[in-house]
Amino acid sequence: MLFETEPGATGSYLHYLLVGLGWTLATALAAWVIALTLGAVIGTLRTTPMKWVVRAGNLYVEIFRNIPLIVQMFLWFFVMPELLPTGLGDWIKQQPPPWGMYIPAVICLGIFTSVRVAEQVRAGINSLPRGQRLAGIAMGLTQAQAYRYVVLPQAFRIILPPLTSESMNIIKNSSVAFTIGLLELTGRAKAMQEFSFRVFEAFTAATVIYLLTNLIVVILMRALEKKVRVPGLIAAGGAPQAGH
Amino acid sequence: MDSGFDFEVIQRTLPYLFREGMTFTLTLTAIAMTGGIFFGTLLALMRLSRFSWLSHLAGAYVNLMRSIPLLLVIFWFYFLMPYIGAWVLREPNPIKVGAFLSAAITFTLFEAAYYCEIMRAGIQSIPRGQVWSGYALGLNYWQTMGQVVLPQAFRNMLPVLLTQTIILFQDTSLVYVISATDFFGAAIKIANRDYRLVEMYSFVAVVYFIISYGLSTLVKKLQDRIAIIR
Repeated sequence: MLFETEPGATGSYLHYLLVGLGWTLATALAAWVIALTLGAVIGTLRTTPMKWVVRAGNLYVEIFRNIPLIVQMFLWFFVMPELLPTGLGDWIKQQPPPWGMYIPAVICLGIFTSVRVAEQVRAGINSLPRGQRLAGIAMGLTQAQAYRYVVLPQAFRIILPPLTSESMNIIKNSSVAFTIGLLELTGRAKAMQEFSFRVFEAFTAATVIYLLTNLIVVILMRALEKKVRVPGLIAAGGAPQAGH
Repeated sequence: MDSGFDFEVIQRTLPYLFREGMTFTLTLTAIAMTGGIFFGTLLALMRLSRFSWLSHLAGAYVNLMRSIPLLLVIFWFYFLMPYIGAWVLREPNPIKVGAFLSAAITFTLFEAAYYCEIMRAGIQSIPRGQVWSGYALGLNYWQTMGQVVLPQAFRNMLPVLLTQTIILFQDTSLVYVISATDFFGAAIKIANRDYRLVEMYSFVAVVYFIISYGLSTLVKKLQDRIAIIR
């Protein structure tokens, strides 16, 4: 079944699904870059003594955490181009098929995940003893240097395990991009089921591909954790968290 | 946007959005939460069981559910349910399963995996001495769990369980992919009928935000109260 030619005649069904996996990974990776950058900055800013910055950070987190991902996806895809100046909005709408959906999907997923990263970063920083930052400042470091050389290197090592599960979540969540028409793995499994009526084969193949991808991510992240481990700094086990 | 923001379309369709859509969403959330916590607790007990085959079985189920996207799980159940139903009811042909029933079963079984991990942490947070004193008093396994361990585990985990339920409430919007008329699905139908995408999607986002934010504020308050009592 998997080796039969798909109706688009570009190759076998397996090839069709693997291209889908490629789009899944391309979406997840690009979004992960946005999520890590934004999340690290916002998470850090929320631990500083600057009141208004903290408030702005909290607002950002609350907004993007309390709206379902699929609704955010629709907002970026359908609503955003309408709110921009007409010329720019039309230009976005006229992008050729995969890119017209890929870019909103990446922005949406990146911002959605950045909130979760920001929460982890903040929790990681707050779990360090206050003395660490104070000692840094007592040694003559500026606030920024204390963060750069003392607080953040420790905080990032502590939050590596929760970041592993976030990087698996971002792969899973990228499936929502299929609702705005991006043919990634889940979307292609659905399309394959429609072409061939082989429900079981299509979804089993997609499930197995997701499982293998997760396995690879876990192995890579474990290797990273091992590589950056500092002897004596014991990463604290996190409290149970709600997630999806 | 040429004609400006049209509030009228929202006002006109409010009864439909809430009576049809929000009712679907809330009913689905309530069913999936109740069923999910029930099966999740059973799964947690299985995972912590003395019998290794039982804990492996539950572990495999939980890990499988947690490694694939919810959308894929929704499709799995939506397309397989007619066949499973026919097999269970011994019908020769696939039976018809509605979107609501399919969604309710999917979300219950999917969320059970997530509630299981929360309950497992909750049960493990109870000191072993509690279990031993239960046995020492002559209680059997189910009495010890039901009357000593689980009530404490539930209490400790209540904020996390509720936070998971808020996520569940948001996730139910994904039933749009099987054309169910939940709150979001209802809004999409109107958005496409009246060509009012901007208005409807913004309105949906605001409503979801208000509900989720309100609930999570309540959960935070509850968490503080529980923390003080302990």
